[in-house]
Amino acid sequence: MPSLREKKASGVLFQIAAVLFALLITSIVLLLANVEPFSAYKAIILGAVGSWDLMSNVLVSWVPLLLATSGLLLTFTVGLWNIGIEGQITLGAIFTTWAMRLLQNSEWNPSLILVIAIFAGMLGGMLWAMLAGALKTFGGVNEIFGGLGLNFVATALNIWLIFGPWKRPGVASMSGTLPFDRSLWMPIATGSSRLTPTTIVMAIVGILIVYVLLENTYFGLKLKAVGKNPRSAYLLGVPTWQHMMASFAICGVFAGLAGAVQVTAVYHRLIPSISSGYGYLGLMVAMLVGYKASLAAPVALFFAALNVGSIQLPIILRLDSSLAGVLQGTLVLCVLLGQGFRAKFLKKKRTMQ
Amino acid sequence: MNDSAILISIGGVLASAAPIIFAVIGETISERAGVLNLSMNGLILICAMGSFAVALATDSSILGFLTGAAIGALVSLIVAFASLTLLQSQVAVGFVLAMLCKDLSYFLGSPIMGKVAPRISQVPIPLLERIPILGPIFFRQDMMTYLSFVLIVLAWFFIFKTKPGLILRGIGERPAAAYIRGANVTRLQYLYAVAGGAIAGLAGPIYSLSIKAGWKGTISGLDGIGWIVLSITIFGGWKPFRAAFGAYLFSFLQWLGLVLQPSLPSIPSQVLQVAPFPLMILTLLFVNIGNAEWVERSLARLPENVRRDIAKVLRALNATPPAALGEPFRKE
Repeated sequence: MPSLREKKASGVLFQIAAVLFALLITSIVLLLANVEPFSAYKAIILGAVGSWDLMSNVLVSWVPLLLATSGLLLTFTVGLWNIGIEGQITLGAIFTTWAMRLLQNSEWNPSLILVIAIFAGMLGGMLWAMLAGALKTFGGVNEIFGGLGLNFVATALNIWLIFGPWKRPGVASMSGTLPFDRSLWMPIATGSSRLTPTTIVMAIVGILIVYVLLENTYFGLKLKAVGKNPRSAYLLGVPTWQHMMASFAICGVFAGLAGAVQVTAVYHRLIPSISSGYGYLGLMVAMLVGYKASLAAPVALFFAALNVGSIQLPIILRLDSSLAGVLQGTLVLCVLLGQGFRAKFLKKKRTMQ
Repeated sequence: MNDSAILISIGGVLASAAPIIFAVIGETISERAGVLNLSMNGLILICAMGSFAVALATDSSILGFLTGAAIGALVSLIVAFASLTLLQSQVAVGFVLAMLCKDLSYFLGSPIMGKVAPRISQVPIPLLERIPILGPIFFRQDMMTYLSFVLIVLAWFFIFKTKPGLILRGIGERPAAAYIRGANVTRLQYLYAVAGGAIAGLAGPIYSLSIKAGWKGTISGLDGIGWIVLSITIFGGWKPFRAAFGAYLFSFLQWLGLVLQPSLPSIPSQVLQVAPFPLMILTLLFVNIGNAEWVERSLARLPENVRRDIAKVLRALNATPPAALGEPFRKE
């Protein structure tokens, strides 16, 4: 048997190999597109950390991504693929906008309105997640397909609201609803144009809660039991579907919060692509960190940096900004394949001894 | 709308269902062998982009179609290798590939956006096209639409009427039993996953070289179709005819959305375009609900004659996936 230390060492080794291999593949793709790979990587890095403003943009996109990832860690733990998270973010944004529209002309304190709006967003995300959960537990509809369908429905609902009941006075447009009054924006840090410290605190508290929940509570242990083997968990007295529903609901709360942040702190209005793909990206981050909470924050930060860093690519190098997605996808794919190769390698070593 | 316009529209529905049929049949064959290919959404996009690029460079639509099949086979080979050989989750690898291939097609395809490549045209079948009603619907189509009709029948015949088809069903349902009878399960799973991927890959060029000719990047309108394909595969209960019915139903609903648009000006077109999706969820619900435990329990409480009728309806709607779907076969 390979010792624990050997196992750990091989894990790190295979991870590094996977990352290098991913860089190699992306470089080949860049060469295919007639681009010098290093200039593209340099442009991405400079685009992410080249100035304070860019770095704060990275943090702005880190918050919803980390919130989505945090929620997904719970559904992954219980063995569920919550692809419907995109729709849950959208519904969070819709509920938040709804609450703010209802209250924006009232005499209430703007901070109170913001708090209510954020809770409304969490509720919206939770309800949409529980709908996918109910389809799964009571209707037998696989959560992947139920969730995907609900994503499309959420998008349609969002667009209908933007072009219909909530349209700008005069003409409806893809640029979204009328922006909210500045008093209803999440407070922005002094000296910055977009950074909102409150939301960063939310994201950090969120991932800490998930970490403690999974690693230090009986509830987390039960979620893990259901995820590892629902049948035996059930026989040992852990009610399966209740735990699945609970993880859906909590994940929906996180997704709804991400949507609320998008409305109150980033766009200050509802736009057609309000979820910005953070749900799908969160799934990738969760896969990359092996569904463990401890690495989620730094990896999400890295992914956010790639996204922000690639925005300038079309201007600087006339490259499509989807390069970020290519890099992220290749990275996750190579790490997954690396895990498989490593398992094979360890097994071979065991049989040789 | 006059009569001939209606007939042409029905013909158009059949043509716009052709790529979905290729993709659904490909996925059905792969899933019958136990390999869930979740990458479909990215696969269709990258096959559409790649085949358009090749057709543009070589001025040959045939080479374009071959490229589509080759890319589809390659993507599916990665899924098969990751799951069958490396024992990684099919869902995880498929999802990552769905995302990766999508971005890859946008990235590599951006220089050829909006260019004009050869496209295949309609080939009316002499004599048959003059048959009233049926002619304009069935016999004034392009080559790939005719092939989509053939593919449905061929796939049904292969799966249910031939010996290899019997073995195919066996490796998806009870791989251990198929293995004992001498089938090389893993090799066959590779074969069907890759073949299914090649068939599904043809959906890409059918879009980019025919019904949505060209490559327009993010506004190509192809993003999302792969996910629909996966739902229709379930709706189809892994049976070619039922799957084809699902594909035609979906195309019809999308066409209906377009037709109804002018009479419902208050609803934005984007909303009507997604109308088939909630219907898809509902159908998935009906297709699956017979499998849920609480339905069985509450049915048991009903009087015998009522119970039998409801059970019959549920069974007719029901679709049970291949038992070994998503599980790589291990000999030990």
